[in-house]
Amino acid sequence: MRDLIAIHGEPSREVYLDSENSGLIYPKALEEMVRTYKEVGYGNPSITHKIGWESYEVLYKSTEILSQILNTKSSELVYTHGATEANNLAILGSAKANKNDRKEILVSSIEHFSVIFPAERLQEQGYKIIKIPVNEHGFIDNEFLKTKVNGSTFLVSIAPINHEIGTIQNLKEIIDIVKEKNSKTLFHSDAADSFGRVRLNLNKLNLDLASFSSHKIYGPKGVGLLYIKEGLKIEPILHGQLSSQKLWPGVENIPAIAGFAEAAKIFDNMDKNMLLKMRDKLIESILSSTESVLLNGPKGPERSLDNVNLSFLYVEGEAIIVELSMQGIYASSGSACTSRVLEPSHVLIAIGRKYEEAHGSVLMRITPFNNEDDINYVIERIPKGVARLRSLSPIKGG
Amino acid sequence: MSDRIPLPYSPKVLELFRNPKNMGRLKDANTQAMAGSLACGDMISIYLKIDDANHLIEDASFESYGCAANIAASSIMTEMIKGKSLEYTWNISWKQISNELGGLPVVKYHCGVLAVGALRRAIRTYFKEKKLPNWLPKELTPDEKHALEEEKLIEVLSKKMEKTKKPKIDLSYRSK
Ligand SMILES: Cc1ncc(COP(=O)(O)O)c(C=O)c1O
Repeated sequence: MRDLIAIHGEPSREVYLDSENSGLIYPKALEEMVRTYKEVGYGNPSITHKIGWESYEVLYKSTEILSQILNTKSSELVYTHGATEANNLAILGSAKANKNDRKEILVSSIEHFSVIFPAERLQEQGYKIIKIPVNEHGFIDNEFLKTKVNGSTFLVSIAPINHEIGTIQNLKEIIDIVKEKNSKTLFHSDAADSFGRVRLNLNKLNLDLASFSSHKIYGPKGVGLLYIKEGLKIEPILHGQLSSQKLWPGVENIPAIAGFAEAAKIFDNMDKNMLLKMRDKLIESILSSTESVLLNGPKGPERSLDNVNLSFLYVEGEAIIVELSMQGIYASSGSACTSRVLEPSHVLIAIGRKYEEAHGSVLMRITPFNNEDDINYVIERIPKGVARLRSLSPIKGG
Repeated sequence: MSDRIPLPYSPKVLELFRNPKNMGRLKDANTQAMAGSLACGDMISIYLKIDDANHLIEDASFESYGCAANIAASSIMTEMIKGKSLEYTWNISWKQISNELGGLPVVKYHCGVLAVGALRRAIRTYFKEKKLPNWLPKELTPDEKHALEEEKLIEVLSKKMEKTKKPKIDLSYRSK
């Protein structure tokens, strides 16, 4: 790819808006990680010697920080290699421990694939998977939920915030519906994109399982968490050398865990009004400057404070992404050319977007590393890029 | 490695995406055709100005709705056929287009297929009221069928997946 990057060139200004996929780390979280690697905490926290004790101490302290923010007990948290693994552990691990005949699992139709795919795997074991429909802004159909949760429902999985269109569900109401219909039904939430965007008081919410990911809150990649309510039955899905955690074998990544805790502290405490302001400025400006644009997901307080998702009609998403890349603006598109066909995002299709509307989608996430100048630059460049591509198009403006 | 890696576009693709040649509608075209659809996320229109006397392509242009590869493939194809005979042009394959571009990524082969599909459609359209030359087969060629299949495949998929009942879109969520 080196010659490709050479042709692309180094843009004079760069604005990174693709943190939905991954992105920068807080410098302080990185420092914490490096310090752990170099000074204290670089050992295996299961071993009885000074370095082992020190490593265990770092693990212990990090867990305290995280459990305080989430309002859980330390013993209710298990570290994993990310939210993908946490979601798999939550769904496959609880099914493994399920000894009764409740075999129905409900997941929203807009869940992340790391929830949908493990749930679908359970079909091989006789589980029935039901997808919960959403309305045009991505809100769960509560009436559907009421009719589908019954004595056979084993687990329901719904994210507090959708990763692609930023819809903030009324989680408490949803959990109440589920638990009222069947108090034994487990409720799992993939909260990877919710941490710091909504208050998640896990002790108060009647949640059984919740997944988190460090790099979604500007910590190091490759580390995550599963919250497992005390007393819940769950079995490990990975097997190996026993570690300090019952449900996860292997050597804990203590430096990454320390960086995760540091990032959690910073992101949790941050005044996020700036993010909200930049989000609304970007959305409003593009909607008024550019013709034929659709906002995907809700507006205002029901939308995640950092999520922007716009469909530019008559242009194809990847073309916009490459066009913006050459201007130094990095975002992503909901459509992915995975095989012979361009596959539109399942989230956008679920909210009723047509294929062509989904194909032109651009997903941007405002981060603590962005400032107003960045947003002004993006507001200035996007309409130009879109206009150039539309001028090539046989459908509009050509 | 899985297929989900950044697309290994050739520098040529990026170059043509940035500065496409022969873009836009050709005013004095005497034939034109389109392949693909909005639902595919890929659509190419080809315009040709053909010299009726000697069947040479005097001018060619394109319009494209699609990804970078789609735009680059259409652009390079118009360059490859300008000044060439119709018979030569008819026989251009999507592989030749891919080669000229320094190789298309596998998941983008269909962009070449679509470009050839549009080109052959334009040539067939040109001969609609005329006597077919002997190099032009009466039946659709495999490449033309291929383009048709791509179009049909996505029609079926999109009909299946799109909700039958379309929610109305609140106007404040939509620009002009
Ligand atoms: C909602 C959601 N769940 C799960 C994941 C996967 O997280 P990880 O990369 O930590 O495995 C992501 C990350 O993209 C996400 O956005």
